[in-house]
Amino acid sequence: MIEVNNLVKKYGNHLALDHISFKIEKGHIYGLLGPNGAGKSTTMNILTGYLAATEGEVIIDGHSIFDEPDLAKKNIGYLPEQPPVYMDFTVFEYLKFAAELKGIKKNERLKNIKEAMEMARVFDVKDRIIKNLSKGYRQRVGLAQAILGFPDIIILDEPTVGLDPKQIIEMRELIRNLGKKHTVILSSHILSEVSEICDYILIISGGKLVASDKASNLSNMKEEKQKVKLVVKCEINRAKEIALKVTEDVKVKSTPQKEYVEVEAFAKEDIREAISIAYMNEKCPIIAMSSNETSLEDVFLELTSGNNTKDNTIKEKKSEKAVESVIDETMEDILEENDENNGKEEE
Amino acid sequence: MLAVFKKELRSYFTSMTGYVFMAFFVAVVGIYFLAYNLNYGYPYFTYSLSSASFVYIIIVPILTMRIIAEERKQKTDQLLLTAPVSIVKIILGKYLSLLAILAIPIAMFCLYPLILTQFGKINFQMTYTGILGYFLLGATFMAVGMFISSITESMVIAAVLSFGVLFLSYMCTGLADFISSEASASYIGFMLIAILVGVIMYIMTANYTMSAVICLALMVADTVLYFVKSSLFESALPNMLNALSLTKKFSDLSSGMFDLTAIVYYISVSGLFIFFTVQSVQKRRYS
Repeated sequence: MIEVNNLVKKYGNHLALDHISFKIEKGHIYGLLGPNGAGKSTTMNILTGYLAATEGEVIIDGHSIFDEPDLAKKNIGYLPEQPPVYMDFTVFEYLKFAAELKGIKKNERLKNIKEAMEMARVFDVKDRIIKNLSKGYRQRVGLAQAILGFPDIIILDEPTVGLDPKQIIEMRELIRNLGKKHTVILSSHILSEVSEICDYILIISGGKLVASDKASNLSNMKEEKQKVKLVVKCEINRAKEIALKVTEDVKVKSTPQKEYVEVEAFAKEDIREAISIAYMNEKCPIIAMSSNETSLEDVFLELTSGNNTKDNTIKEKKSEKAVESVIDETMEDILEENDENNGKEEE
Repeated sequence: MLAVFKKELRSYFTSMTGYVFMAFFVAVVGIYFLAYNLNYGYPYFTYSLSSASFVYIIIVPILTMRIIAEERKQKTDQLLLTAPVSIVKIILGKYLSLLAILAIPIAMFCLYPLILTQFGKINFQMTYTGILGYFLLGATFMAVGMFISSITESMVIAAVLSFGVLFLSYMCTGLADFISSEASASYIGFMLIAILVGVIMYIMTANYTMSAVICLALMVADTVLYFVKSSLFESALPNMLNALSLTKKFSDLSSGMFDLTAIVYYISVSGLFIFFTVQSVQKRRYS
């Protein structure tokens, strides 16, 4: 469906994309993931023919986007990061223009527009001027534009940015529905979002494609020992001794409350039961215990900060932080920090 | 192409720019028509038109400033450039919409000579040739304005730059009269142009050696040519300025001469600037 070969994009001296290659198959939802400035938008802009590449080729349904742009673009609907809406048009006028521009046949146009408006839930604002709509609605008008004519490939650049939580859920729902009939590519720097919606994940960092696989395969990628974290009420050396009976890899440290000790034990198998029994036998009460399997988040953090060798210390700190975080918690905060971090490096 | 054309026309009429353009245009030409043709009873409408040709310098930048710069600023060019339509067609659609806005007042002006028939005999052939020339002049100015709009993201810069360029082109003939036709005058003029080229090169490329070399090369060429064959330099600069003047050819047409070269000149200059616009939009995809 889409074939990207050795794509390179340079902005002056800045290398935005560094030999990226991937293939996109029909009928799946693909997630393009990476910190800010990793090259997600650039990739999408090149896929849709908005930007030209410095090197490499993009083939869409057998047509090169550079040599036969008109044929290639026919199969693509694109919602850029900032919805490309004309502020002084009404929603309906705008979609009519977009439909005409995309060369949708005259007798199908109205039906198509109506369907797109219903899917993107902008039907009730169709006669309002876009200038007066909120960001969320503009985003949805942009989405209606992207799905007009129901092209085979729908590309969405950060489709949920600027939406309120309810709209985000609706948007995800919509994308999932679209994914049933179309190939959808979406980009995001929010990991939970991508892992929730997408079948396949492509991780981009610093202009390089660092991983591309099924979401489930990716999380298995990082083979590591499981970690159990405990807070026990006991003396620090004794706590270590007890834990060492269960597994070899143990770290202990004191906590602000003097009587408590924090213990981290690593093992390949699940040692939660064994370790709690061990402490119970020694009459050391366990105050808290948590365990964490390696998740997509670790993989993501590892991959996106891994190629910056200068920054190993920060990376370690980040991964540690990630493990400590509760599983359900969204990764947004940490990712943002990570983004800032990457941003600084670029400067 | 049709879609872009219709969209542009619509936005001109929803944002009032189109109305303001036409109203101002018709009002200024109307005042000249009233003063020269109706009040003094002068039977040549083209005379009013050429007196009012300065109005283009003011209104064309206002009309063309947003045409491409705004798309870029609002990022709506992402919709246009990712649609299955070639850039040439998009630009042509935009240019045709400008022509359409221009054609409405011009069509009104076509009625003015008919009013004059009330008072005496009118040379229709001359008058309508003049009106055609006036339209072509406006069309050429618009192509220049559109190109300038395509090189910047800011509408204000586009407007000011278009105004400056059109004003210079308008004043070229006046400037040419100032310069003496002696060879030495042109020699000095070309020296100044060489320095100007050097400065512009430096501003654009920030490459000191290259701009200095080019500037010096131009100066040396200028000097060598001057001493070898100074007859070449006689009124060379005034001729060059006259050639750059877009309005010069219009005065030929407005005097009733159906000058085919003038028409070809306007159409080719417009074509050239449309081509430049396409290239400038295309180039942005690569940078």
